[in-house]
Amino acid sequence: MKKLIALGLTAFLGFGAAAAQAAEGVAIPPHQWSFSGLFGTFDRAQLQRGFQVYREVCSSCHSIKYINFRNFTEIGFPEADVKAMAAEYTVTDGPDDDGEMFERPAILADAFPLAFPNEQAARAANGGAYPPDLSLMAKSRKSGPDYSYALLIGYRDEPPADSDIELMDGMYYNDYFPGHQIAMPPPLFEGQVEYADGTEASIEQMAEDVTAFMMWAAEPNLEVRKQMGVKVILFLLVLTAVLFAAKKKIWSDVH
Amino acid sequence: MSGLQLKNPVLRWIEYRLPIFSFLDHSLGSSYPSPKNLSYWWNFGSLAGIALVIMIVTGITLAMQYTPHVDYAFDSVQRIDRDVNFGWLIRDIHVNTSFFFFIVVYIHVFRGLYYGSYKAPRELLWMLGLVILILMMATAFMGYVLPWGQMSFWGATVITNFFTAIPIVGESITTWLWGGPAVDNATLNRFFSLHYLFPFLIVGVVILHIWALHRFGSNNPLGIDTKGPQDSIPFHPYYTVKDLFGLGVFLTLLALVIFFFPDAMGEPENYIEANPLSTPAHIVPEWYFLPFYAILRAVTFDFLWIIDAKLGGVILMFGAIIILFFLPWLDRSPVRSAAFRPYYKWFFWILVLDCFVLGWVGANAPDAKFQGVSFVIIGQVATAYYFAHFLLILPLLGIIERPKPLPNSISEPVLTGGGMAAGAAAKPMEKA
Repeated sequence: MKKLIALGLTAFLGFGAAAAQAAEGVAIPPHQWSFSGLFGTFDRAQLQRGFQVYREVCSSCHSIKYINFRNFTEIGFPEADVKAMAAEYTVTDGPDDDGEMFERPAILADAFPLAFPNEQAARAANGGAYPPDLSLMAKSRKSGPDYSYALLIGYRDEPPADSDIELMDGMYYNDYFPGHQIAMPPPLFEGQVEYADGTEASIEQMAEDVTAFMMWAAEPNLEVRKQMGVKVILFLLVLTAVLFAAKKKIWSDVH
Repeated sequence: MSGLQLKNPVLRWIEYRLPIFSFLDHSLGSSYPSPKNLSYWWNFGSLAGIALVIMIVTGITLAMQYTPHVDYAFDSVQRIDRDVNFGWLIRDIHVNTSFFFFIVVYIHVFRGLYYGSYKAPRELLWMLGLVILILMMATAFMGYVLPWGQMSFWGATVITNFFTAIPIVGESITTWLWGGPAVDNATLNRFFSLHYLFPFLIVGVVILHIWALHRFGSNNPLGIDTKGPQDSIPFHPYYTVKDLFGLGVFLTLLALVIFFFPDAMGEPENYIEANPLSTPAHIVPEWYFLPFYAILRAVTFDFLWIIDAKLGGVILMFGAIIILFFLPWLDRSPVRSAAFRPYYKWFFWILVLDCFVLGWVGANAPDAKFQGVSFVIIGQVATAYYFAHFLLILPLLGIIERPKPLPNSISEPVLTGGGMAAGAAAKPMEKA
């Protein structure tokens, strides 16, 4: 029996180490975000810079289909600016009274236009690869936003000397992509965008900004959630303390 | 025990025609005598009931905004998260309360195992509880399919494929369950319908469970019957206030997860829309099914040329719960509480550990290794131990174990010894 207990304990204590080993791919280095932690919030200026990177770089291939133009007013863009930006895009509407579809400038209520009309078109334009939608990217990977950030800065010109990977045609080497071969060319290079607030557009800076933007796109309610959580938990702590006192009082004649 | 005295004439008028107030008073009021030594382990039954209510209320609300169609299900869940007023909150509550529901119910079940709550005369109470557990699992499984993410789809495919293991009619049954040649819109539709129905079946069985409970009252940490009024206290106010305090702790922990770690217990892959053409690298069920998943995969060999490995795994997986129905007769010891069973107490904790090991094996790919030992082997040992606990160890303990002497009554000071939980619960009795 002692042996059994010993075996069980070893198995149990080893839990953490083995679980980490079992995770696929390489470990993603953790990154500190403005929205990390119990009280973390979005950095509005960063989200705006991130949107700029998304719009000027990513949006040619990747959609954010769950984001509407009106959502951009939530990250600090003045409504007039967002309206003007929306008007630069055309969307198909209709049918009109004659049964015809027609084109019109986008308005606040419209979704941000898709990069490609459908998956087939996207694959055709990208050598067979499908650039995934980015609305939920920050939530759909094990390491969350840390993964996107690591991926964006994790490109190498050549596979490292100690790796036995032979890059296939049209593939690029990435330290953090599962299997290391990724069809997306390195998307960022120094000074690619010109930030209005004068921030230097290094690869790390742009990667961090656009990842923060993707986190916002995945969960626009993150700040409301945390603020409400603080109030709810404070209330529940007081309530629980009162209930504990009531329990003590009522049970005093039994103890 | 005081009878119910109603002062309000309107209530008296109603009570005369429909004695609902005295019914409530006898069910969980001052006319329901309970053992005076119940520990906090006895809080989990009421917590499970409240979790069920939270699930039903939030579930009905979500159903108002959800669209059970393969083309719209994923989008409608995103719409709930983004555009419905506080939809994200309702969904976070529903999802995370489901996890807490299982935690609470598993603790409730193991409480019953430790204190022998399944023994005569509470066998039916125990079995009704197991029926609730099975209904819960079916409900949770179908609910997980509804958001129509990758794990929803592939989980549904893997689990429903169990039925193909049935000889001869397996394929036909599976097609019938799917409503077509694969998991598709028909499957999603019926799962939504049944996911809405099953909680109300659970409510029905819960009523039977509580009915059976009230026949003999709660078991207690000493596992001996109450001998008279000096051993019991009225349920209200003593256990109502104790349950309310427990509820406060439960809600605080639940809120902590809902508001600060809403996705911690979920699978990130389920934020990718279901795609029948792309299989995820690692299909895992929700964590509360992992021990069963490990048992399912433990059978890697055919048995007697009749039962192939797949069918064997399915039989063992369902057997892991079915065997619990026979527990009152497998455990031959006349003593209920592990506090007075020196050997059983150890085997109980080994069983708890074994279930954690099974869960850990279920979370890992079978071809992975731990310290050079493949998870298949660990899973097989843990599965064998699980069944040995019920089929070998318990019947043997009934013969070879010599229980410690039982106290004469709950209110009489207990002899030294007993388990930690019983020791803690015994404190209140010192003055009585």
